[in-house]
Amino acid sequence: MSTGPNGVGEWPLWEVFTQAPGGKPHEHAGSVHAPDAEIALQNARDVYTRRGEAVSLWVVPSGAIVASAPGDAGPFFDPGNDKPYRHPQFYKTPRGVKVF
Amino acid sequence: MTPSTRQEGTQMATETKPAAPAEDPVKLAEFEARCDRGETIEPKDWMPEKYRRQLTRMMSQHAHSEVVGMLPEGNWITRAPNLRRKMCLIAKVQDEGGHGLYIYCGTETLGTDRTELIDQYLYGTAKYSSIFNYPTLTWADIGVIGWLVDGAAIVNQTMLAHASYGPYARAMIRICKEENFHKRQGYELCATLARGTPAQKAMVQDAVNRWWWPSLMMFGPHDTNSPHSADLLRWKVKQKSNDDLRQRFVNLTVPQAQAIGLTLPDPDLKLDETSGEWKFGEIDWSEFNAVIAGNGPMNRERIAARRKAHEDGAWVREAAAAYAAKHQPAAGQAA
Repeated sequence: MSTGPNGVGEWPLWEVFTQAPGGKPHEHAGSVHAPDAEIALQNARDVYTRRGEAVSLWVVPSGAIVASAPGDAGPFFDPGNDKPYRHPQFYKTPRGVKVF
Repeated sequence: MTPSTRQEGTQMATETKPAAPAEDPVKLAEFEARCDRGETIEPKDWMPEKYRRQLTRMMSQHAHSEVVGMLPEGNWITRAPNLRRKMCLIAKVQDEGGHGLYIYCGTETLGTDRTELIDQYLYGTAKYSSIFNYPTLTWADIGVIGWLVDGAAIVNQTMLAHASYGPYARAMIRICKEENFHKRQGYELCATLARGTPAQKAMVQDAVNRWWWPSLMMFGPHDTNSPHSADLLRWKVKQKSNDDLRQRFVNLTVPQAQAIGLTLPDPDLKLDETSGEWKFGEIDWSEFNAVIAGNGPMNRERIAARRKAHEDGAWVREAAAAYAAKHQPAAGQAA
């Protein structure tokens, strides 16, 4: 929080997730400042859903998000990067078989 | 707001920043290779200090422009000629406020919070787009702003939707989707006036005459005279130069003007048969520089209106903070 010439510190930051219609997953839309959860939801609605973009909204205090560190991205994601046998293309099918 | 705090705000924003530190050459080379490969730079990634500063400057200017852009159009809400136009204009002005918030949110990821950015604008030296320092004299100006000013903004923002900095690019994608409504409603308004009474047609032609050159200035100085362009292009924040974007805007707009029977106030405007491009006359850069320096027709009024709105709203911010502290003490820990 910082205090500017208006004398009031900046409100806490909330990350906003919107769920599009049609059973889509919640997706990060951006963030809003708000003094509490209720106003965070209202601000998020006004800022990120002016055109029916969402059927559901989540707001999460930004400080509550735990993120992986970009510097460690290589080793951290390594266990998923060296296993080509997890992809269907790893497996050969007899010539002429078209079911795949 | 007391005079002493205003002075403090001015001081804070005009404080000379130390020169950017020399960057680790290995990290810098790695970063530039990432930009060259078209990778997206995210907030926690390593970036040169100059990239961070240039982006903070550019993105916050962009955010301030969206917010100050609410003023010239808000001026006409109560005088819209019918309910349909009034609803369109309210929605558009509300969008501009939303766009400012998207970009402030993106700018904050670079490490400067919104309160400080807004202070730099209201009480310091931060700039916003020169176009909003012109007055909206007639109802036709509302149409011409949508068509030309938002049209020019779309050309610029479509490029910025590919910017190397992820939060900026994502904000631009969101904005571009909404700007198309702004341009269409403006062009429709102009077309309606252009086929109206002789007085209506004269009014919209007059508005085009006043807004055309300032719209071309929105793309910034010539490439040869643009102090920040080289870095921004090298780091893929921008992919096209000011002059390229300006030419694209002219090429798109001339046929639109012809289609509704309006002329553009440039005797040198002519189609170059070989390139297929519309060549246009020289911009009056002395006007551009005067507006940037704070001497446009509306500079003082715009900043005064923004300060008044910000200061008059202080009690709302204070009340909301007091309410939150009283009822949900845990929410304060979120920051």
